[in-house]
Amino acid sequence: MHVHFLDPYRPRNSPIHRLDPRIKLVLTVVFILTNTLIPTAAWPVYILLFALILSVELISDLGVSFVLKRSSLAIPFVLAALPLILTVPGKTLFILPVGSWTIHASYLGLERFISIAIKSWLSMQAAIVLAASTSFPELLVAMRALRVPRLLVSIFGLMWRYLFVLVDEATRLIRARSARSGQSEKPGTKTGGNISWRARVAGGMAGNLFLRAFERSDRIYMAMVSRGYDGEARTLPLPDIRPVYWAILIASLSLLSLLLGFAYLFWG
Amino acid sequence: MHHSIEIKNLTFSYPDGIVALRDVSLSIEPGEKVALVGPNGAGKSTLILHLNGILSGQGLVRVCSLEVIKENLGRVRSCVGLVFQSPEDQLFSPTVFDDVAFGPLYQGLPPAEVLQRVDQALEAVHMLSYKKRVSHHLSMGEKKRIAIATVLSMHPEVLVLDEPTGGLDPRSRRSLIHLLQELPLTMLASTHDMRLVREVFPRMIVLDEGRVVADGPTQILMNDTALLEAHGLEKP
Amino acid sequence: MLPAPIAMHIPDGFLSVQVTIFLWLITIPVVGYALKRVGVDLGERQVPIMGVLAAAIFAGQMLNFAVAGGTSGHLIGAALATILLGPWAATLVLTCVITIQALIFQDGGLLVLGANIFNMAIVGVTVAYMVFRTVNSLAGERPWSIFIGGFLAAWVSVEVAALGTALELALSGTSPANIAIPAMGGIHALIGIGEGLITVGALAFLRASRRDLLKSSETAPIRGRLVWVVGLVLVILLAVASPLASRHPDGLIWVATQYGFLNSEQSPIIKLIPHYLFPGVQNKTLATILAAMLGTVIVFGVALGVAYSRRRKTSPGDDQQV
Repeated sequence: MHVHFLDPYRPRNSPIHRLDPRIKLVLTVVFILTNTLIPTAAWPVYILLFALILSVELISDLGVSFVLKRSSLAIPFVLAALPLILTVPGKTLFILPVGSWTIHASYLGLERFISIAIKSWLSMQAAIVLAASTSFPELLVAMRALRVPRLLVSIFGLMWRYLFVLVDEATRLIRARSARSGQSEKPGTKTGGNISWRARVAGGMAGNLFLRAFERSDRIYMAMVSRGYDGEARTLPLPDIRPVYWAILIASLSLLSLLLGFAYLFWG
Repeated sequence: MHHSIEIKNLTFSYPDGIVALRDVSLSIEPGEKVALVGPNGAGKSTLILHLNGILSGQGLVRVCSLEVIKENLGRVRSCVGLVFQSPEDQLFSPTVFDDVAFGPLYQGLPPAEVLQRVDQALEAVHMLSYKKRVSHHLSMGEKKRIAIATVLSMHPEVLVLDEPTGGLDPRSRRSLIHLLQELPLTMLASTHDMRLVREVFPRMIVLDEGRVVADGPTQILMNDTALLEAHGLEKP
Repeated sequence: MLPAPIAMHIPDGFLSVQVTIFLWLITIPVVGYALKRVGVDLGERQVPIMGVLAAAIFAGQMLNFAVAGGTSGHLIGAALATILLGPWAATLVLTCVITIQALIFQDGGLLVLGANIFNMAIVGVTVAYMVFRTVNSLAGERPWSIFIGGFLAAWVSVEVAALGTALELALSGTSPANIAIPAMGGIHALIGIGEGLITVGALAFLRASRRDLLKSSETAPIRGRLVWVVGLVLVILLAVASPLASRHPDGLIWVATQYGFLNSEQSPIIKLIPHYLFPGVQNKTLATILAAMLGTVIVFGVALGVAYSRRRKTSPGDDQQV
């Protein structure tokens, strides 16, 4: 039983997939940074940024609907910004008397809310493209290039390697519990125990999982040590970045700076 | 005289007091293929862990003419390649390439040679095309072969295997047997698989309750039904 | 499918750049130090233990229990990790979990990763550690002290992390403080109870099967001193700032504007430039329509280009490099 579906990486033969992961990570972060910096209500720039990320999604052969579907997961958190409609002072959108209070909604508040929602949504799409077009070992390369300490990169590598194994184990624990979660035939008996009991059962499962993880880490340590591990992180040197990727990086950075400057000029 | 493995009067107890090995002595010459058999709890895995210094008890343990003590552990581990029972815990790197490159990398070899060794090792287990694969997605048989490759890339003198055919379906088991027959290294395998022993290992050591109770040619010992039964083994 | 639907991972776009950078400036050195400390404590075993336990916490967050009417409680794990591993290792492990959640599963943003790590792996862990140690030193060696301590540590860590999140949202101007703080605080007061119960369950299991693991996690007081100081400062800051923010939402925004957290009024000179350079585009609606047209042309152009190049690839070996 393998939990493959947890891994968002979709191998394809596209220029985005082939792009050096270090460049990809930098571009993703810069795109997100650009989004964050663009002022409120700069609708034309938002549209152009959307066109940009949409183009990338098309080139990546990941499927636009795939990315858009996954990015809709950001929606619940948007509710956190909803109150802005009511609390930002400005030209009145509508007034709603509720009991003894008067709720006052402003255009500015609505603009702020929609801007935040759009910018967040665009950023998420970029993050999805990155995760879906870059295998995890490549992401580790990108981390090393960003000067993440090599020991931490090793920990990430090991974590990812055993992520699916342990999620498998957790799934099996959940299934075992469901298999034993039946209803009695006797009328009037309460199923499921009380909430505190259920929480403690779940806790026992968690403890079980951690214990096995501890013991597994012991075996892995033995395997590492048997192959000469001495606590230092040793890796092969990273390959050079091809000039064409540097060109892509510079072109993209220029484009994003241009959009940012344009936005500040008119909507800053 | 150079023995690949030399053990003299090895005794070992676990911290909780259980005596796992009692006065074990044996020696294995270069090129020999020896099977270590015995019931569960006999001390087979414990004995194996002494061969590369993960455990250490009283008595002498020497591999490739090196005494297994702290100062020699680096060289000892390059000489004795230990393949554990569960490949899941032995393949701990993100990709197959990373796992097979781990050994030579820690030996301090230059990048070009590391790459070469990876190719050689994967070739030896007939899995060269698996270089970029992710370990998690492989089948048990594939994992076992890669696990062997991760050790082969260190160019050990001795290959020590713990339950090599455990958990394999008949086809994977057959191809693993071929592989073990092909590899020219000195070999010690701890196993319950008596048919494997008969096919691949001309010499057999029987361990029970921490003691060596028999050590001789497989052909002869395999016919000693009384001996086998007395130590929880079955004739295949 | 996401295993951990907790409303605490902030996505990108919800925090201002200043708050984001400020929190990164704290997170990076703390995580760096945690890496070094755990290296000293665990030695060679650092990588396998940290890696596998991070995977375990991640998987553990899938273990749910039915609360009421279809909802369920989950484990976040900050308190449990702190009690089992000590604060520095717990910080490291949770940093890994949160980073993977953001990078692979988009549970939390990339730019604001520093903030999420700060809230859960640093603040959550510090507070859990302080509470647990306090209960332990008060209750002494009594057997139930570990359960009370575990429950409280879990509850407080969830609550304080949530308050920190709310404060950051308020300082960024994304969510008004007088709504965000009570909302986050209120919801997570309930979630914290679930976290507390699961933590107690896990501790009970581990105490029964491997008590030696729990003993080994009792770190010497000296190591925790820095954590105490930092933790105390944090708690005071939050305790003072939260009710203040709640009562004076405008006041907070005023403070934020004064310190440049929010976009303040642009200098008038810059406002004049558009007038002179692009008189036609001064009409915002026109600009929007133009942008929409340009955007559509770009996207269609790309789509056509992609479709064309795909059709050209007839044989599988036709691999064109960029």
